[in-house]
Amino acid sequence: MSAAAPAGAQPPRASANVCQAASCLAMGSAQVCRALEAEVAAAGLDDVAVRRVGCLGLCAAGPLVEVPEQGRIFERVLPGDPSSREGLLASLKGEARGGRPVASDPFFSRQVKVVLERCGTVDPENIDDYLATGGYEALAKVAGSMSPDEVTSEVVKSGLRGRGGAGYPTGLKWRTVAKEAGAAGKFVVCNADEGDPGAFMDRSVMESSPHQVLEGMAIAGYAVGANRGYVYVRAEYPLAAERLALAIRQAERRGYLGARVAGTRFSFHVELRMGAGAYVCGEETALIASIQGERGTPRPRPPYPAASGLWGCPTLINNVETFANVPSIIVRGGEWFASIGTERSKGTKVFSLAGAVKNTGVVEVPMGLTLREIVFDIGGGLAPGRRFKAVQTGGPAGGCLPEELLDMPVDYESLTQAGSMMGSGGMIVMDDTTCMVDVAKFFMDFCRQESCGKCVPCRVGTHEMWRLLDRMTRGVASRWDLEQLESLAGMVRAMSLCGLGQGAPSPVFSTLRYFRDEYVAHIDEHVCPAGSCHMGTAEPAAAGVSPA
Amino acid sequence: MSEVRTLQIDGKDVAARSDETILCAAEENEIHIPTLCHLEGLSDVGACRLCVVEVEGTPKLMAACTTTVEEGMKVTTTSERLVAYRRRAIEMLFVERNHICAVCVANNNCELQAHARNVGLDHFELPLMHPALPVDASHERFVMDHNRCILCTRCVRVCDEVEQAHTWDVAGRGTGARIVSDLGMPWGSSTTCTSCGKCVQVCPTGALFEKGRSISEPKARRPYLPYLVRVKERER
Amino acid sequence: MRELGYRPDALIEVLHTAQEAFGYLDAQALAYVGDRLGVPQSKAYGVATFYSYFTLEPEASHSCVVCTGTACYLDGAGALVSAVAGLLAARGQEAAPDRWLSLEEVRCLGPCSMAPVAVVDHEVHGKLTPPGLVSVVESL
Repeated sequence: MSAAAPAGAQPPRASANVCQAASCLAMGSAQVCRALEAEVAAAGLDDVAVRRVGCLGLCAAGPLVEVPEQGRIFERVLPGDPSSREGLLASLKGEARGGRPVASDPFFSRQVKVVLERCGTVDPENIDDYLATGGYEALAKVAGSMSPDEVTSEVVKSGLRGRGGAGYPTGLKWRTVAKEAGAAGKFVVCNADEGDPGAFMDRSVMESSPHQVLEGMAIAGYAVGANRGYVYVRAEYPLAAERLALAIRQAERRGYLGARVAGTRFSFHVELRMGAGAYVCGEETALIASIQGERGTPRPRPPYPAASGLWGCPTLINNVETFANVPSIIVRGGEWFASIGTERSKGTKVFSLAGAVKNTGVVEVPMGLTLREIVFDIGGGLAPGRRFKAVQTGGPAGGCLPEELLDMPVDYESLTQAGSMMGSGGMIVMDDTTCMVDVAKFFMDFCRQESCGKCVPCRVGTHEMWRLLDRMTRGVASRWDLEQLESLAGMVRAMSLCGLGQGAPSPVFSTLRYFRDEYVAHIDEHVCPAGSCHMGTAEPAAAGVSPA
Repeated sequence: MSEVRTLQIDGKDVAARSDETILCAAEENEIHIPTLCHLEGLSDVGACRLCVVEVEGTPKLMAACTTTVEEGMKVTTTSERLVAYRRRAIEMLFVERNHICAVCVANNNCELQAHARNVGLDHFELPLMHPALPVDASHERFVMDHNRCILCTRCVRVCDEVEQAHTWDVAGRGTGARIVSDLGMPWGSSTTCTSCGKCVQVCPTGALFEKGRSISEPKARRPYLPYLVRVKERER
Repeated sequence: MRELGYRPDALIEVLHTAQEAFGYLDAQALAYVGDRLGVPQSKAYGVATFYSYFTLEPEASHSCVVCTGTACYLDGAGALVSAVAGLLAARGQEAAPDRWLSLEEVRCLGPCSMAPVAVVDHEVHGKLTPPGLVSVVESL
């Protein structure tokens, strides 16, 4: 079941890599795995290995099984339907038939995998698989032969920027924390509170290659002088948490975490902390409060966590994808990393594609690819008969980008200029049946329910903006309401304490910028051009159900 | 180890200690910045956002109560934009709950009311949310009227930091956030409340008041707090 | 609790454990946890009511959690919620003291490629239609 064949044993002639990430598991991939094992045994294919691996990327078509020797991925291999495995079994016997050829399919061939290098090739629950693919080599190299400053310089050289949203240069952040005295210790925190609705890349990385994240954290710990780390995982991701916990235990047992990392004098202990359902905890000061067992309310910055974070100690906070990039940067060098991407946005970015696009799933592309290439070439475009309308990036603090911007390169600066943001990497494609006023209302409803309630502009402002948007989608709003909405949006953006409030008006701003005519149609003509709003509904959509 | 920093507030050159906040430096120089959740003697949380100021070179507005001074800083405490935003924030506090000054114990002694007067808030553009909120009169001496609470958390902080009873805290989130005592039970049944009345003293509105007080009667003796804090510090 | 060393910062971890054991957090459990960790009662209550994963009410026998993340919302999560709410109303559940099913919304579970998604008794169901979800719930 593992990639590392026992010493002396014949390596398998072919293998069936069965995806064991959350989406495929929900479609029954665990049963598929058992059925395959039985069928392979029954067919006498003792030179074939059935392996459990992480995310294969094309989540919508799960359960997925890859036969790497044939370069083919088989979709919808259903547990209760043996006929869905015919092509796959034939392929395992050596016949090239069925499935999707990885080399020529643009969904796979246009991708460049750095973060997802091991997703779908290693067993996430087996450290030997990770080690067999060069895992923990970077950590051993760092702790054994590099000075902390050399490590940080390599990361600075790579040009890596934070993958959690704002894109702050990672190397600079490390350097700041490294410079702090930290007499009472320092901390490294991995922000795995991937809260943006529609974003699931970090889940995929944690479920598919948890050791890679831990290795990145340990390297960061060495570079900044921290001996303790926390991974803060949102409660909605139990499988990711389970695999991380297992990975921590395995790494400790093998001496890659804990005291004397890789046989050196460097020690690094990692603990897992679970969130409990609060989007605002993705904000770094709220995340710190939550790890400390408190209400996840943000506090004003400065002081930044780099100077005063967990228990007042200097704290480095990066997100999952940022850490997952680090081992490759160390092994292959900062210059190699900087050769990928654009002038100011280096490396690759992992996106989760969802919504009205054919190939929904997780993809990794070099920075600077255009939206069109991502949505149409890799994503396969929209369903027949449907027209592209917008792509939403950046979650509740991001925006909706229209067709005119499809040829825009995807990098930090371009997205911000266009009124959206990189965010953590969720991309939701919308077609002509989606009403943009309704989308703005959806995100505002989200922010209103996730507002921590500490500062007035966010607490009351998001509620008021939602109320105005709700009036619009019911066809009872006036031009005065539109003026109020714009005025409130400006005030809430400027006055709110943290990123949640400051970002909450962004979907309103971006939809007003690109789809103002839809607002006007709702207000002046009481018509929803997309035909999705129920105009003339009297009562506000009653919040009959409390959010979980 | 504090050093001296020089900066400009509203065009005026001022000197301040390096550990002082912009608010502190401004007040020492008789530059008035509106505040609501700030109270001398308590920690600052930067929640009410009334004290936000513009700092040259920073696109974001900074809360004066939590931002420490820096050398060469250029601070603007009043601008058209700031006035409009503060006015809107005060309006939001009013429409969020049920503030009816005419029947409030704090009438004419209310900080929220005073701010509204200062910015000339004579009508609301936002509709009233009028939530159904309880009045907790279970305590033998005091009353908590949630209709008048603005969630400034002064009561929470004074109870925790000065009285060290931590009877109060905030429960829920968003517009559903409420000040609660102990496990959300009536105040009168609290096992931690010492009935010291500090929370009542620091409340900027009529949310916390003493029983038997009539409308408009001065209730607060706030300046005692810095003195109390100093005594406590000396004890430690 | 012993495992976590009775530290105040273990509050959220301990509340998770307590909720797993008892199904919900009642006043007694909160008071006990607060006491043992040295956390004031009002703080424990504040934390328990801040996070949407904690519930202070007894659990229903079954649970139906509809994802209302962006992808699910666009693909008709609202209709899923109304369909199950309609079923509950038809059964007159509100009046029943021992609730049969709890209906909740959650902000994005992550399997967005299977939108719209609902989790019924911890099992993920994807690409649902309102009648589809109703039949899953009815078979409980």
